[in-house]
Amino acid sequence: MKVKNGIAVSPGIAMGKCLIIDSEDYLIPRRSIKPSQLRTEVQKVRNAFESAIEELTDVQERGNAQQAGIQQRQMKDIFAVHLRFLHDRSLRKRITDMVHTELVTAVYAVSKTLRDVASHFGRIKDPYISERAADIYDIERRLLRQLLGKKREDVKHLTEEVVIVARQLSPTQTAGFNREFVKGLAADAGGRTSHAAIVARSLGIPAVVALEDFTECVNGGDIVIIDGNRGVVIVEPDDETIELYRQYSSQFHQLGRKLDAIRQKPSVTRDGVKITLLGNIEFPDEAELVLGKGGEGIGLYRTEFLYLNSPTEPTEQDHYDAYAETVAAFKHRPVIIRTMDLGADKYTQSRRFVPEPNPFLGLRSIRFCLRNLGLFKTQLRAILRTSVLGQVKIMFPLITNTHELMQAKMILRDVMEDLDEASIEYNRNIEIGIMIETPSAALTASPLARDADFFSIGTNDLIQYTLAVDRGNEQVSTLYSAAEPAVLKLIRNVVQDACRAGIDVAVCGEMASEPDYIMLLLGLGIRTVSIAPAMIPEIKQVIRSVTIEHCNRLARNVLAMTSERQVSSFLRDAARKVLPEAF
Amino acid sequence: MTLEENTLDNLVSETEVQIKNTNGLHMRPAMQFVDAANRFECDITVSNDQASVDGKSIMQMTMLAATAGSKLKITARGPDAEQAVNVLRELVEEKNFNEKAPKARKKN
Repeated sequence: MKVKNGIAVSPGIAMGKCLIIDSEDYLIPRRSIKPSQLRTEVQKVRNAFESAIEELTDVQERGNAQQAGIQQRQMKDIFAVHLRFLHDRSLRKRITDMVHTELVTAVYAVSKTLRDVASHFGRIKDPYISERAADIYDIERRLLRQLLGKKREDVKHLTEEVVIVARQLSPTQTAGFNREFVKGLAADAGGRTSHAAIVARSLGIPAVVALEDFTECVNGGDIVIIDGNRGVVIVEPDDETIELYRQYSSQFHQLGRKLDAIRQKPSVTRDGVKITLLGNIEFPDEAELVLGKGGEGIGLYRTEFLYLNSPTEPTEQDHYDAYAETVAAFKHRPVIIRTMDLGADKYTQSRRFVPEPNPFLGLRSIRFCLRNLGLFKTQLRAILRTSVLGQVKIMFPLITNTHELMQAKMILRDVMEDLDEASIEYNRNIEIGIMIETPSAALTASPLARDADFFSIGTNDLIQYTLAVDRGNEQVSTLYSAAEPAVLKLIRNVVQDACRAGIDVAVCGEMASEPDYIMLLLGLGIRTVSIAPAMIPEIKQVIRSVTIEHCNRLARNVLAMTSERQVSSFLRDAARKVLPEAF
Repeated sequence: MTLEENTLDNLVSETEVQIKNTNGLHMRPAMQFVDAANRFECDITVSNDQASVDGKSIMQMTMLAATAGSKLKITARGPDAEQAVNVLRELVEEKNFNEKAPKARKKN
């Protein structure tokens, strides 16, 4: 049994077989074989080694023919090491012995054995040797490529409940997750607002991140407990621990049922102020989850999945079908569709000749759209066409100044003209809003408010850009905090400018789904929040337990503070008084 | 060095060596050792206080993690045992695995 600590980013308890996803999306399930299959499986191991050796020898020879710069020489050395390992008979024997004694597939035996070796290396103090663990993983991948070949399974074809373990999870990988089978997430990298955390919260499954080297401690098929409340993961728990977690799990479900009971109750403070609770979704099928948890609409419909889930660009009809389903389910309730917000990831990077050195500050999101009008107009057309089915609003991400907003609106007008010419119906008065997620937009919210119908504060990126911290980098993820006075000042600025201009302002970042922060946001003047559906009941509970007067006082106190630590402990205490059981 | 003769196959030869090169038995020296060991027919075992490994296996030799200054026992069993032990001892002690020993040269 191994226990590891990380950052808890999505509440709940999950216990089940783990499935390890590496960056190549390999499934490494433990599968048993019959004794009659032994000979075949052992032969597979031998063939895999031979092919891998052939492949590597080939690469080495090609390397020899070229100029021998320092990098090539280093590669040569590395490959020489790998070849030695592939030639090592005791390694091969260890693998084939496992196939014989445990009656498992070649793939599993290869993966498990090599991971055990890597893990052993990783524990040795001498860094020259512990670094070799990376080589072992490389050799494992090479062998697995031989064994799995074209038959690579991916996460979209799960047939049993699993807990996913990965170094980190990209939007591409999580786009295929099915709530029915994926019961929990554990990641080596990441922080509170990394993609793994966001996906887990929207799926309502527990997740723990920043575990550092968890992927080296597990093998596919191991039983893993994910405690998303305490930030703990456990591999191969003993009986005592299993029993303890069964109890925790049932306590947690009881709390959940209690909160669900307030689903039908209105989202109103004790002194009668209405707070609109909307949901953030990534996929159409989460819309019913929002309704189920008592949400009043969609405050952020992330549309990136359309681009990430398929090998080709989505057609207008693909867009339309995805949006129409959601809009129809919500009828007169608002659905705010955000245009494509991709950037520092596979989709835009793979289309480059030279990868961007600094993708977060590069051609992403609205900027990418403004330079790729075909793609942009396709999405806008589809959104406009669905606007007759319900209360659809458009939201542009990453807007930094009025010029950008004007450009985007101009393109939208072009698309409207096209639809007019084709006599296709749409809502001429569709509301157009923007995400405030850069310091630039936050500081110039006043002029922006003249040209936007509403604001939605994207606190995730706003915090990132303001504090200059990469939220996905586990080395600095503790520096990322919504309690930083600088961030709070910016939020207050935006709310004030929005109020003066008479437009709505919502918060759609993760900050709004945390009980610690909701009172502060209300005290700063926010009356609409859009959050992960799973958190709607808990946030509603807080809203129903406070008065706006109390929140205003709290906000005044907080704005006078100068340290993040002071702010966050103050807020934590205040939240604890309102919702004691959740802590 | 001891020599026991039972049959040709049971010829056993042993020696103790000390790792002298700067970074101990890390990758490159381990590779050289294993390459050399694999040229011989006999079984080769390498041991320290904690473990005993197959000298022909790169995986096992790496896991031995012998640091600079540590003492290893090399035991060979087979027809060419004596020759194997000689070659290996020379590799470790005299040639220092073709690397410099500590203090002999500053690393740059």
